[in-house]
Amino acid sequence: MSYSTEENSNSISATSETIQGESLTVEQAIANLKGSDLGLRFYAAWWLGRFRVNEGEAVTRLITALEDEDDRTPEGGYPLRRNAARALGKIGDEQAVNPLIESLKCSDFYVREAAAQSLEMLGDPNSVPPLVELLEKGLENSSTQENLHITDNLNAVIATPGSNPNPLESHNEFIKSPEKKLISEPDFKEPYDAIIEALGTLGATQKIPLIKPFLEHPIPRIQYATARAMYQLTGETSYGEILVRALEVDDLQLRRTALSDLGAIGYMGAAEAISETLAENSLKLISLKGLLEREIKENSTEKLSEDAIGVMNLMDSLL
Amino acid sequence: MPNPQSPVANPQSLIRAVEEADSSSKLLDAVEELSAACLPEAIPILIAALGYNNPGAAVAAVDGLVQLGEPAVRPLLQLIDDHNYTARAWAIRALAGIGDPRGLDTLLDAAKNDFALSVRRAAARGLGTVKWEEMASEKLVSAQESALEALLIVCQDPEWVVRYAAVTGLENLAKAVTETENGFYSKILVKLEEMATKDEEIAVCSRVNLARERISPTDTLR
Repeated sequence: MSYSTEENSNSISATSETIQGESLTVEQAIANLKGSDLGLRFYAAWWLGRFRVNEGEAVTRLITALEDEDDRTPEGGYPLRRNAARALGKIGDEQAVNPLIESLKCSDFYVREAAAQSLEMLGDPNSVPPLVELLEKGLENSSTQENLHITDNLNAVIATPGSNPNPLESHNEFIKSPEKKLISEPDFKEPYDAIIEALGTLGATQKIPLIKPFLEHPIPRIQYATARAMYQLTGETSYGEILVRALEVDDLQLRRTALSDLGAIGYMGAAEAISETLAENSLKLISLKGLLEREIKENSTEKLSEDAIGVMNLMDSLL
Repeated sequence: MPNPQSPVANPQSLIRAVEEADSSSKLLDAVEELSAACLPEAIPILIAALGYNNPGAAVAAVDGLVQLGEPAVRPLLQLIDDHNYTARAWAIRALAGIGDPRGLDTLLDAAKNDFALSVRRAAARGLGTVKWEEMASEKLVSAQESALEALLIVCQDPEWVVRYAAVTGLENLAKAVTETENGFYSKILVKLEEMATKDEEIAVCSRVNLARERISPTDTLR
């Protein structure tokens, strides 16, 4: 498997030099997006997102591209819509929120996935209900009545800290109860990981009862996304520890996913494990950077904390 | 599994175990054992292990090469892989870890010119960890000057992690030169002060602050 860590450094800056270094200008990219060449349109949409071109016409054109019908894959996918949805998240203009919410209904899985990821980046709480609606497709019997019931049940579990140190255990108890919610067979219908990550970032604490069952999802990537969101929503270290344990699984791709999730939530308890897992140093460094940034943001004092210095020492050793 | 209690196994069988490993975990174990045995004759195969696209094995091989030290320098300089940037990054890490002054030109070139950020990053770190005391005294000042000059350039790298590595390089270089010498020390402090306010990445700024604290604890972080 080829995997370029160089492209994974998430550190590309939109300086004017970089833009000039590419073979496009903003005007050309916008023009290409309107043009008839499907390849150029597709590339232009990617390019505008890559350089975060936050200009009125670029945003308007990309929003229009979310309804493109010209560019189709043999399987019925919408390549231009995918790129437009991704670009709109990176650009960060709030005009894109409602059009992206509409895109959650697109027949193409990857458009829905891109829309969920971009809605996460845009951070508008109005995207929570439509995301939850998609999430519920992975749950059985999702009537409002029952949801209320489960909310009570889970709140009782959450309200007694210390009684269930292991969230998987408490969840297992929960799943044995009559309100069993997760559909039982592997389910690839919806981009659940992207949806759940978005709900975690958007702070959808009232939706915890709908999110938590996905800790048991048969696809590990989705379990990790759930642990990540649950940590963001509850701050409980037991969820961070699920991701720490994921750093020891046999599958390199899954260890990479866990690294990225731990960096996203900045879970300090993972620092040593991140530095020791078997993966590329580039990815470990990006993950530790997430821990460091969170630590710096939370400690507003000028003095560097012990934790911050500890993370930097680990980062130094990986350079 | 490596077992520190057992007597050192036959070098040939350790080398064969690396060559015959047919899974990534067997390769990792074999490279770890070979590295731990600290055998000069294993240097070429440890260098080869840097290019197997197995990060665990590469870490073990770098550790082994750094432990072997001086005898590994010439083979590393000769066998550096121009076509595989991942292997090249590991080789540069090994050279940086050994700190032999003979690696300086390679580190300078890699820090400034390599297209791969993982190579530039490892080289920038290595420019701070050169064992200056092993360098002929008549060459020392100009060698440190070129390391400083390169690091000041690398502090402008578009990749945060390369700038971060350059800061660690500057920190170590500042500790190696004395305050009065050729103005190197104050050039480093000026650069760090500039980065502390101008770098757009929080992670780089905090590493700059740590470096300033370590270099000159009295006049930083006002």
